[in-house]
Amino acid sequence: MRPILLSGHERSLNQIKFNRDGDLLFSVAKDKIVCAWWSANGERLGTYNGHQGAIWTVDVSPNTVLLATGSADNTVRLWNVKTGECLKVWDFPTAVKRVEFAPDGSKLLAVTEKRMGFLGTIVVFDIKYGEEPREQMVDQVEEPNLRITCTESKATVAGWSYLGKYIIAGHEDGSISQYDAKTGDQLENVQAHEFDHQINDLNFSADRTYFITASKDKSAKLMSSRNLAIMKTYVADTPLNTAVITPKKDYVILGGGQAAMDVTTTSARQGKFEARFYHKIFEDEIGRVRGHFGPLNTIHIHPNGTAYASGGEDGYVRVHHFDKSYFDFLYEVEREQLKK
Amino acid sequence: MAPSFDTLSEHDLHEEEDEEIDFSDLKAQYEVKLEEGLDTFVVIDGLPVVPEESRQKLIKFLLRKLNAVGSTSEDAIFMPLNDKNMSEGFAFVEYETPEQALAAVKQLHGTPLDKKHTLSVNKLMDIDRYGREGRIEEEYKPPQLEPFKEKDHLRSWMGDPNARDQFALFRGDKVGVFWNNKNHPPENVVDRAHWTQLFVQWSPKGTYLASVHPQGIQLWGGPTFSKQKQLPHPFVQLVEFSPGESYMTTWSARPIQVEEGHPVLSYEEDGKNIIIWDIVSGKPLRSFVSYDLTAGPAEGDAQPKKKVQWPAFKWSADEKYVARMLQHQSISIYELPRMNLLGKTSVKIDGVMDFEWSPATVSREGIKQYEQLLCFWTPEIGSNPARVGMMSVPSKEIVRTRNLFNVSDVKLHWQSQGTYVCVKVDRHSKSKKSLATNLEIFRVREKGVPVEVVDSLKDTVINFAWEPNGGRFVLITTGETPTGSAVPPKTAVSFFAPEKIKGAPVGSFKLVRTIERKTSNAIYWSPKGRFVVVGTVHSQTSFDIDFWDMDFEGEKPESDKDLAANLQLLKTVEHYGVTDIDWDPTGRYIVTSASAWTHSMENGWNIHTFSGNTLAEHPTDKFKQFVWRPRPATLLSKEEQKQVRKNLREYSKEFEEEDRYAVDIANTAVVEKRKRVLNEWTAWLRREKELLAEEKDAYGVPDNVDDAKLAKDAPSNIEEKGDSVVEEIVEEIIEESEEVVV
Repeated sequence: MRPILLSGHERSLNQIKFNRDGDLLFSVAKDKIVCAWWSANGERLGTYNGHQGAIWTVDVSPNTVLLATGSADNTVRLWNVKTGECLKVWDFPTAVKRVEFAPDGSKLLAVTEKRMGFLGTIVVFDIKYGEEPREQMVDQVEEPNLRITCTESKATVAGWSYLGKYIIAGHEDGSISQYDAKTGDQLENVQAHEFDHQINDLNFSADRTYFITASKDKSAKLMSSRNLAIMKTYVADTPLNTAVITPKKDYVILGGGQAAMDVTTTSARQGKFEARFYHKIFEDEIGRVRGHFGPLNTIHIHPNGTAYASGGEDGYVRVHHFDKSYFDFLYEVEREQLKK
Repeated sequence: MAPSFDTLSEHDLHEEEDEEIDFSDLKAQYEVKLEEGLDTFVVIDGLPVVPEESRQKLIKFLLRKLNAVGSTSEDAIFMPLNDKNMSEGFAFVEYETPEQALAAVKQLHGTPLDKKHTLSVNKLMDIDRYGREGRIEEEYKPPQLEPFKEKDHLRSWMGDPNARDQFALFRGDKVGVFWNNKNHPPENVVDRAHWTQLFVQWSPKGTYLASVHPQGIQLWGGPTFSKQKQLPHPFVQLVEFSPGESYMTTWSARPIQVEEGHPVLSYEEDGKNIIIWDIVSGKPLRSFVSYDLTAGPAEGDAQPKKKVQWPAFKWSADEKYVARMLQHQSISIYELPRMNLLGKTSVKIDGVMDFEWSPATVSREGIKQYEQLLCFWTPEIGSNPARVGMMSVPSKEIVRTRNLFNVSDVKLHWQSQGTYVCVKVDRHSKSKKSLATNLEIFRVREKGVPVEVVDSLKDTVINFAWEPNGGRFVLITTGETPTGSAVPPKTAVSFFAPEKIKGAPVGSFKLVRTIERKTSNAIYWSPKGRFVVVGTVHSQTSFDIDFWDMDFEGEKPESDKDLAANLQLLKTVEHYGVTDIDWDPTGRYIVTSASAWTHSMENGWNIHTFSGNTLAEHPTDKFKQFVWRPRPATLLSKEEQKQVRKNLREYSKEFEEEDRYAVDIANTAVVEKRKRVLNEWTAWLRREKELLAEEKDAYGVPDNVDDAKLAKDAPSNIEEKGDSVVEEIVEEIIEESEEVVV
């Protein structure tokens, strides 16, 4: 498995996303630039310029028409994927740590930071698309149609469950919440991870019925979107920054490493800057992919499960297309079940 | 109206006084005890009964004794007379300070005044407290015997059917005791948070686990590690057991302050910082003030560096004697269990630097009576040569000495059975610039204790270790450190073995092999001998650990055919940041560990077999200490052990069968578990799909909304659709050249 090295960012990566078709890859970093890449060969398609601060988060609409980004310059921007034109700027009092389109693309959620007397919030905007051609400019709404304020512990990550029914959020104190996506009422709150160990990432399965969380407490958990039941736990030996569920194969990929601020005091061999593959069902570690020389901040998987990309503190994105052996690997019990 | 000063009446002044309340209980509780004044008084009993005329004479005579420990005067001694003008045989004495009175009690009580009279000196306060009427029952009542309580079996762990070993693990704030399960995760016996403050330590035969607290030492044992003993030594820092677990030495940097009424400690212990305990009774036997070690005799004004001498007290093999050294002066040997100074005097040895007891009771050839041996050395003093001596105890006779020249340092290494003692002598050249090491090996069991000298070593020996119960040894030499160089010098590891000679019991020691250009600095022999691990510990850059076999069963090189050894490197492993290496008591496993006490990188412990196969790695956050539980000596006789060795193949068959069985069981369990987990997962997935379909219905979304999209945009199965191959032609200019055509 030879990786494609995407070296377009000058600072550490914050999030990378494949589009629904898997042909494009979007990456955001602390260097204020959004990059779009061809996932097949790693050629850079273009950049989206305009943010004034580090960009924390990116998401692309399911139809690959709109791109949303959230940044430390306290804005969420909406871009035309094709032209690179900035369509809309929403201003907030604090930085935006997470954006995500609803599964049908009709809504966008944004998680804002708690700072300077402002509580952390999750806001939801209605998104409008133009008539054919859909990329044409449309006036977007100014005000969010829903605002959830996190009084207990600020949300660090959030996403949409199946059918956009719930908003699932991970908090700074290591708990996971389920909100009604229509009313914003908190339905559940589960202390899934060790107390005061922040949830760093939250990614859904393809049908969004379950999701995986990555936490500073060195573990990742697989949880049900319906009732927040913890179904699996994956234990690593290093704080985790990111975790994804692979479609097609029953694996999960975890990434992390020594916290960025501690790295200079430790040797490279013990930084643990590897992508770790665990079996989703049996919770065993089955492999590692090395290459980064800084902690892994973000991993995203091709929607078909044929490739994954990882972005690190080292400023590189590495795209890996899986080999045959990846698809062939099966536990004996799985093979038996397939035969039946 | 509140009373103002002007209108204040007599009544107002006494308003606060409420006469109805009875304060007597509070008064009794908070009454200030006016003892201070009487603390300087002592009562002396056991004096001769004399008439008034000679009373003054007696007082004068007594005064000489009393003034030896404090200062008092004739006026301060009151010796009452009865109606017959005779003294009563006691006197009251006032000292200047309470400390002096205390000293008088400590030092004069029980000392003889003359042949007929023995003084008994007590504090007046104590007489008042304990001797007052009613305090002591007139009639004797026999003490109540406590009903018998069955104690825990302290050696229960030896009865493990699989003969597994236990170990204690200290990480974070928790200490746990576990069974070693080879490559499987260890099985927990107990795990307790805050079990110890500083560290844990096993007793030498594994009976007790000692935990160290600011209040003292606690000993734990039995199948559930219940509390066995508490030894209250405030702020204790170091602990040492005697070899037979009967006694224990504890040390604190801070002198002990005993408060009155302490249940265990008494005035004896006040101001001391070493206590020797009797473990069975849990009582102190005797306490001492520790001596510091000085780097050398004080030279000029320079204050010599002080070091704690530890172990402060060294035990003879049968724990009948314990000795300590006052550096440069003497060795004091105490007899147990009374802890009295052997022969009432310390052994004066001018300049003594160090001593070591023989680790086993040795019988020298031609010596019939019981003896314990100890070895000591003295440096060159003036024109006298340095000297190594061997002393026989209890006779205190020096039975063997050897003079040495140009000595800068000496280390004494006894072989575990006391058969040899290797004196490692670091010698400097005349110019005192370069160092070399000689080994002077005393053959203790042979007639006249002959000495063999190994002087083939050109470099300084930094580490030396005898094979337990054997006659071979390993040493590490190092070259000179180039001044200003940050890289530590390379070291060389040398293996020595005795020559095989027909007739003679043990031939002379010969070098088997030297491995040059190593970084090793530590030697760990298997407790059963034969295997030795040589490693680099506490290093920033190298972490290699070599496993050697001294009796390799393969072909023996021609050059070694006369030697009782066949050296073979079995394996080299690396353990990043290794700080400690520990053999299990049976010599089957070895644990390498990286402790958070030394550094915070990749703390944890790895377990290997004796041959260097790594069985398991256990990275552990805030890992501090790994200690194997020692085993007591085997109960099998020599013949029985031989028998076991002979039939090893048969026994091993049995164990191998068991191992295979265990693996089978484990494998089936794993497969079963996986099957179950997989079925649970598929069931969950199916149910979730159904629920999702229902909800989609309710929302009015067509069931296949996602599927259709997936089918169109993202082929879910590559095999079916055929992999879409993107072919790219990339043109690159490799070289450009311009040719001018004329």
